[in-house]
Amino acid sequence: MQDNLRPVFIIAYREVRDQLRDWRIIIPIALLTLFFPFLMNFTAGQVVGFVQQYGANLLADRFIPFLLMIVGFFPITISLAIALESFAGETERRSIEPLLGSPLSDWQLYLGKLLASLIPPLLASYLGVIVYLIGIRRTANWVPSVDFLILVLLLTTVQALVMVSGAVVVSTQTTSVRAANLLASFIVLPMSLLIQGESVVMLWADYGVLWWAVLGQVILAGLLVRMGLAHFNREELLGKEIDTLNMRWAWKVFSRAFVGQARNPGDWLKHELPPALRRLAIPVAFMTITLVVVTWVAADQARISGLPASVFSMDKLTTLDETFLDQFREIGFFSANGVFSIWLHNLQTILIATLLGVLTFAVGGVLVLLLPMAIIGFFAGAAGLAGIRPITFLLAFIMPHGLFELPAIILSGAAILQIGAALLTPAHNMTIGEAWLRAFADWAKVALAVVMPLFLIASALEMFVSPHFMLMVLGGL
Amino acid sequence: MIETHELVKKFEDFLAVDRVSLNIPAGEVLALLGPNGAGKTTTVRMLTSVLRPTAGWARVAGYDVVTQAEQVRASVGVLTEQHGLYGRMPADDYLDFFGQIYRMPAALRRKRGGELLEQFGLAGDRKRRIGQYSKGMRQKLALARSLLHDPPVLLLDEPTSAMDPESARLVRDAIHGLRSAKRTIIICTHNLPEAEELADQIAIIRRGRIIVRGTSTMLKESLLGPAEYQVQFAAHLPNSLPELPANLKIHKHGPDWLRFYPLDPLQDNPAVIRHLVGQGLPVLGLTEVPRSLEHVYLQAINAPDGVDILNMRNLANNAALTPQASEAAYAG
Repeated sequence: MQDNLRPVFIIAYREVRDQLRDWRIIIPIALLTLFFPFLMNFTAGQVVGFVQQYGANLLADRFIPFLLMIVGFFPITISLAIALESFAGETERRSIEPLLGSPLSDWQLYLGKLLASLIPPLLASYLGVIVYLIGIRRTANWVPSVDFLILVLLLTTVQALVMVSGAVVVSTQTTSVRAANLLASFIVLPMSLLIQGESVVMLWADYGVLWWAVLGQVILAGLLVRMGLAHFNREELLGKEIDTLNMRWAWKVFSRAFVGQARNPGDWLKHELPPALRRLAIPVAFMTITLVVVTWVAADQARISGLPASVFSMDKLTTLDETFLDQFREIGFFSANGVFSIWLHNLQTILIATLLGVLTFAVGGVLVLLLPMAIIGFFAGAAGLAGIRPITFLLAFIMPHGLFELPAIILSGAAILQIGAALLTPAHNMTIGEAWLRAFADWAKVALAVVMPLFLIASALEMFVSPHFMLMVLGGL
Repeated sequence: MIETHELVKKFEDFLAVDRVSLNIPAGEVLALLGPNGAGKTTTVRMLTSVLRPTAGWARVAGYDVVTQAEQVRASVGVLTEQHGLYGRMPADDYLDFFGQIYRMPAALRRKRGGELLEQFGLAGDRKRRIGQYSKGMRQKLALARSLLHDPPVLLLDEPTSAMDPESARLVRDAIHGLRSAKRTIIICTHNLPEAEELADQIAIIRRGRIIVRGTSTMLKESLLGPAEYQVQFAAHLPNSLPELPANLKIHKHGPDWLRFYPLDPLQDNPAVIRHLVGQGLPVLGLTEVPRSLEHVYLQAINAPDGVDILNMRNLANNAALTPQASEAAYAG
């Protein structure tokens, strides 16, 4: 292991030395490390003095820790510029090519550059924090608790890691620093929003929330590092010369993966669909387990929330009669149009989930699909508080259409997970783009041949049978 | 030492390298010639395990370029088209850095680095930052980097471009030395005289495919026809042209020279001299009429698609070296 890590440190050491030879990096770091903390000290002193005139000591108490976070954050912003230069700059100047021709592994090169982009800004940030703390101790006699100091240092570190790992992903998708800088707004804007959010929490002094922010960013950084490792490979770096979208090629890959060797629809159903479904086996298992866990947790949340059952009028469920069906009729149930509208609604949900999934490594898409079950689970839990067995409630609400709808949701979620995973996993013998298009073709196959028909059957059952079933199950309670 | 079979590389829907098969034994130099974008660099990148072949296989120094990529890269020295030097680093540090990457012991790194800097005339500038080097010096440093770990296989892209004649000679001598030391070398170059001087074999690549391959002599014969020889006389020829041995004819002549195509130069040429001297003619010398690789290259590059280039020999004799003329000649 030590032998494998040695090249990582060799690369990191060279790059850090190179940065220290560049005044364009040294001067901002020096200013942000030494001058900026003094400025923040001065600002803190002025603000504290000002608000104390009006007895707003609370504001002063909140402002000093807030500035500590800001002092830690500013130097790490340079990590983004260093990372873009290190990854996209080297690729553009082709100085990365001799390294790619050497016996280094992709991950060693990636990790070496990642460390090199992190170390100087982080050291500068820690040093800035120390300078600020020394100053604030003298001017305002303020000393942070160990917990809080660790929290701020961790926040700073994960923010730097998120920015650098994001910069790598951006850099691997471009062939020039200019393009990488333009794409970097996808990192800068969310980070600015994050810092604003953290600032609000900091001023609110709800530091527990910031620990969750650390955890969230650790997960995000983990995903970005994974994605960076998948993208930062020789093939991706040297396989493209210009930043263009080749739509013709993309369509060709997609259509080839979608149609496969099939000569007609029957052939397609027989030979192309089953392998696509088999490829989804693991994500299907994951989705199924997640769906069960989410429903259970949501039901439990109803119990924990301590809300009285009357809030949800669950008691009314025990007095259902035939008029209940009339209510359904009034809102359009028991009609062919209703079937169509529920079907369209479900398809719309799948499309939104897919879009969100594409943008969020599948996380957002899966959340959208889990949400209805979480709500039903919560109400099942609430029903339990009203004396109705949660399982009875669940059956009443999701049967019999759920027999078709749930597999459709699970399959859609699985296909979205596969699309997300394609971005995070090194593809064997193909580019990331190709792997992603193939995953997308699997999604299209499953959506067209399985999910859409399942939803159509589910919609028909939901429209014509489920209200009767609900009445049958709940009415007699 | 380098063996490829039906090597293919596709970038999305662009076919960059199309079924390239090579076999270069140890101690041999292959010059890979072709226009820009012909697939030379992509071929080299596959041979250095930087790019993965779409189809086909290749073995370099006994290692498979896909399954033993790390061993391949450790066995190959690459001089890339862009030198990829770090401008803020001194040459010493630069070579030391790459020596570490190639896991060379510190003492060996220093020794080998020093030797190479000395060999390429950079020893005096070893402490200077690379950014202050001239183009030629950078080229030499990049070459030194590729030789640092003493690899059995060298892939050199334009090894003497941007060099002054003296430096270029230095590099060519180094390549000769490497060949003698049984290194296998592929040179990608647009410098045709250099290719002719250095290479045992020449391969011309066009639109990803190797269209001709062989020794310089063989390619000339195949594409330009058999070698033509010129006899130079010390005085003007008599009004009636001299006779050649029975099976040979004068092809062209001037006031004090004549040219002919021997069927077998080894046998025919001495016979021609004997025959002419026997007729009392003052023979000054007999030489092969020089034919440059450039003629071969242009002939091959401009040949129509799908043509068996090696069988175009007779067409070449009359063809002007333009694509149109070449095509017209072939069609005729």
